[in-house]
Amino acid sequence: MSKPVLEIRNLNVEYGLGDQAVRAVRDVNLTLHRGEVLGLAGESGSGKSTLAYGMTRLLPPPGVITGGQVLYHPEQGEAYDVLGLSDRDLRAFRWAETAIVFQGAMNSLNPVHKISTQLTDVLRAHRPEMSEAACNDRAREMLKLVGIAADRMDAYPHQLSGGMRQRVMIGMALILQPQVVIMDEPTTALDVVMQRQILSQLIELRERLGFSVVFITHDLSLLVEFSNRIAIMYGGRIVEEAPAAAIYRDSLHPYSKGLLGSFPALRGPRRELTGIPGSPPDLKGMPSGCSFHPRCPKAFDPCSGNIPVLGRPDTPDGPTRSVACWLHPTEQPVG
Amino acid sequence: MTIPTSSIEQVIPGQGSMAQPESGKPAKAKRQRFRFVTNKKAATGLIMLSIYVLFAIIGPWIAPYEPDARSNDLIQSPSGAHWLGTTHLGQDVFSQLLVGTRSVMFVGFVAGIVATVLSVIIGVTAGYLGGKTDEGLSALSNVFLVIPALPLIIIITSTLESAEDWLIALVIGLTSWSWNARVLRAQTLSLRRRDFVDAARATGEKTWRVIVFELMPNLTAVIASGFVGTVIFAVLSEITLAFIGVTSSTTWNWGTILFWAQGQQALAQEAWWWFIPAGLAIALLGTALSLINFGIDEFVSPRLRSVGKTKIKTVDGRTVRMRIGFTPVLSNSPAPHTQASPTPVVRKEVTQ
Amino acid sequence: MKYLLQRIAFYLFTAWAAITLNFFIPRMVPGDPVQALITKYQGQLSSQAIDSLYVLFGLDKDKSVWEEYVDYWSQLLHGDLGLSFTFFPTPVSEIISTSLPWTLLLVGITTIISFFLGTGLGVLAGWRRGSWADGLLPVTTFLSSVPYFWLGIIAIYLLTGPDSFFPSSGGFDNGLVPAWDQYFIPNALKHSLLPALTILISSVSGWILSMRNMMVTVASEDYITVAHAKGLSDRRVAMSYAARNALLPNVSGFALSLGFIVGGTLLVEIVFSYPGIGFQLFQALGAQDYPLMQGVFLIITISVLVANLIADVAYLLLDPRTRKEG
Repeated sequence: MSKPVLEIRNLNVEYGLGDQAVRAVRDVNLTLHRGEVLGLAGESGSGKSTLAYGMTRLLPPPGVITGGQVLYHPEQGEAYDVLGLSDRDLRAFRWAETAIVFQGAMNSLNPVHKISTQLTDVLRAHRPEMSEAACNDRAREMLKLVGIAADRMDAYPHQLSGGMRQRVMIGMALILQPQVVIMDEPTTALDVVMQRQILSQLIELRERLGFSVVFITHDLSLLVEFSNRIAIMYGGRIVEEAPAAAIYRDSLHPYSKGLLGSFPALRGPRRELTGIPGSPPDLKGMPSGCSFHPRCPKAFDPCSGNIPVLGRPDTPDGPTRSVACWLHPTEQPVG
Repeated sequence: MTIPTSSIEQVIPGQGSMAQPESGKPAKAKRQRFRFVTNKKAATGLIMLSIYVLFAIIGPWIAPYEPDARSNDLIQSPSGAHWLGTTHLGQDVFSQLLVGTRSVMFVGFVAGIVATVLSVIIGVTAGYLGGKTDEGLSALSNVFLVIPALPLIIIITSTLESAEDWLIALVIGLTSWSWNARVLRAQTLSLRRRDFVDAARATGEKTWRVIVFELMPNLTAVIASGFVGTVIFAVLSEITLAFIGVTSSTTWNWGTILFWAQGQQALAQEAWWWFIPAGLAIALLGTALSLINFGIDEFVSPRLRSVGKTKIKTVDGRTVRMRIGFTPVLSNSPAPHTQASPTPVVRKEVTQ
Repeated sequence: MKYLLQRIAFYLFTAWAAITLNFFIPRMVPGDPVQALITKYQGQLSSQAIDSLYVLFGLDKDKSVWEEYVDYWSQLLHGDLGLSFTFFPTPVSEIISTSLPWTLLLVGITTIISFFLGTGLGVLAGWRRGSWADGLLPVTTFLSSVPYFWLGIIAIYLLTGPDSFFPSSGGFDNGLVPAWDQYFIPNALKHSLLPALTILISSVSGWILSMRNMMVTVASEDYITVAHAKGLSDRRVAMSYAARNALLPNVSGFALSLGFIVGGTLLVEIVFSYPGIGFQLFQALGAQDYPLMQGVFLIITISVLVANLIADVAYLLLDPRTRKEG
């Protein structure tokens, strides 16, 4: 496996302060390696989006980061903690090193400015030395890259279709050639055909340009198809992390199994859709022990009492994966 | 002739978000209504307003003098006998103020009720029925909205032979409903698309039942805010009418006091007690009503609440501010918060 | 373009409605105050002037309402608004044309300044929540509840006097003749300062508050988060993204509240005896000068409609979504 580009260490994110604070992300450890597509899956409320916004410090009030580090490894030079950057340095870091494609492309573009303005203002902020003409050329180049005719430069967002807007966002994300692109449910608002078209294009671009992707979605079947590794979140924690194929073939955590069972696979043999009984936990009143145990078909004694640690399971492919489940107790925690 | 819906929701500055009130479910309404009183702004406003209402009721009884009664103390500054001094005819300003409260509150509330009833009928009907009815009613309210209301009220009242309080209240109410009707129409439109209204309609409920039992409970906040807004406008209009002498100068309200003060050169005589208390009474009443409305606004759209705590201390003692775009980092120590059992956490080694 | 045409059609319709209202109001009046005035000025009125007043106030009992209505319109279109009784025998149209510029300059300029100033402060208060700008809010709430005219009275009481720089009334010193010269212009400016300040102080708070609320609402839009994620400067995110979008509803709000604002500012003219439309209305009220009252109401309404149309054009230029063809 290649070198890490982004390491999240014990990240904790809460909403609110003091007694009323709700812990949305709990001691999350996750490593993104250079050039890989890391999928992040979970039901709504599992903390996956909070994790993405938290590690980029984009979480709106009352969100606060109460602990942890986000280590970024630049191509050259020492790794540094993104959470420790000053506002000024953080601004310079944003988009140049990690760009984000947000949920709901409809609202991601400023409705009152032309596409060209929104593409070039990134360049003006990060590359003040670039000339007006060079900025426009670069913007046109990015549109071409994502398959949009250069004459749409002067279009306003409302004049573009949903798919085109999301393409513009992807083009915008790549304009500074970042090392990491975070995609938060980038295609949920689009129809299935458009979804696949855009994702295939993204994967192809990744192979060409070599950036890494954190791909967040509730649609595990999409992840199985498009990502190298998958991390599954539940109740603010990562409960299982493994190569995509391993998750698909034999996921170890009952929650991963349930999640897989609730989506039809687009390829491979047909399976019965099962779904998961019950509903995601309320972050305000988390169950004791493993937060999944009230919904877990295989829950037994230790589940309600102690929180299982994320560690290497006792399986042949153990070294490549980790799981937090009392069915697979571990002596080798990761973190 | 109608303005596109999108801009209608934006019509009322700061209330555009009302189109999506977070208090969506009817069942929750009761508990939230109770919570509204705990809003600091609203509570302050309500207390101030109830003092005014109290004086409107008992004012004429507790007034030390008849407001018209003349005396020999002409243009006296405040004293023990005349708390707020006297006028050019030796009338007691404090008594005029107390007696005048009733008329002001009466006109404010009656006009508010008339305008609110009209705006509910017109706004909700337009929003709920849609189509041609909506177009007609919207055009009507837009016309009333852009015609300057105060000059219109002045023209109408000046042609009335006897401008009594209830007549003035009626004129103000009949000319100032359009703003609320517009807001209500937009709000009804967005509610009509909601599931619970659809469900009620699908089960064959009569239109009036859907409106009264499904829509109205969810419009309460908007209606209340519209009512309070109209009361402010009505009070200011009535006082203005009295001040410029359109209405009778013998029924007392705060505008009448200012009318006489202005007419008798109170300024030139430095008789500040003659015009300052009346103006303050108006301003404080307006403030009370505005506070109630801020409370309602914040209740309907929680985003507007002034953020309770904006500055927080980090672990190493610095102060950071909560703001959009830069999530505060209270601590960036890599130690875990909860100890996962059973073994302590060891750093993962990167496997090549 | 379709949007603009729709708006123009709407304003024409509203103008028609206002004029029709103006036609009917005097006809519903019990008694004939105008008839009484005509009788009073019997010898001095030309027969043409009497005819014109008959048409305006519906005194001719032989005609049907429809015939009166047609006559009324033809008279209006000829610019005949009747004769003023206060300034007998000056035609109403002449009084209005001399006083309208005063109002347009005073109210127009101060309203625009107030809008921009309030919007600017509102941007600050909304963007930096919890900063000093939030402290302005209670003050502005109180100030916006003060009637314009009372604030004017206080301003006169506190700031004018024999030794003061500020004149307490009028639009210019008595000895001067209105002209565009170095004597008159500075003097007129000096006279307008205090009324302008009064209007400004009491109207600015509304804009601060509405813009603040819009900023707060807009700040949680996705495109603001994207702008932050792009690493743009705080200034650029605040102005080009947040304020630029928050301005849109504020502009349409501006158009719609013009009617309210104008009503309040007329009162300021009265307090300062400023020679504009509002002051004329006040004098007309005192003398029961119905032709002048009606004329003033019409001209105010039409000015507000024109201002609305201008605000609509501004909105059109600001929001690309309304600009689309079709």
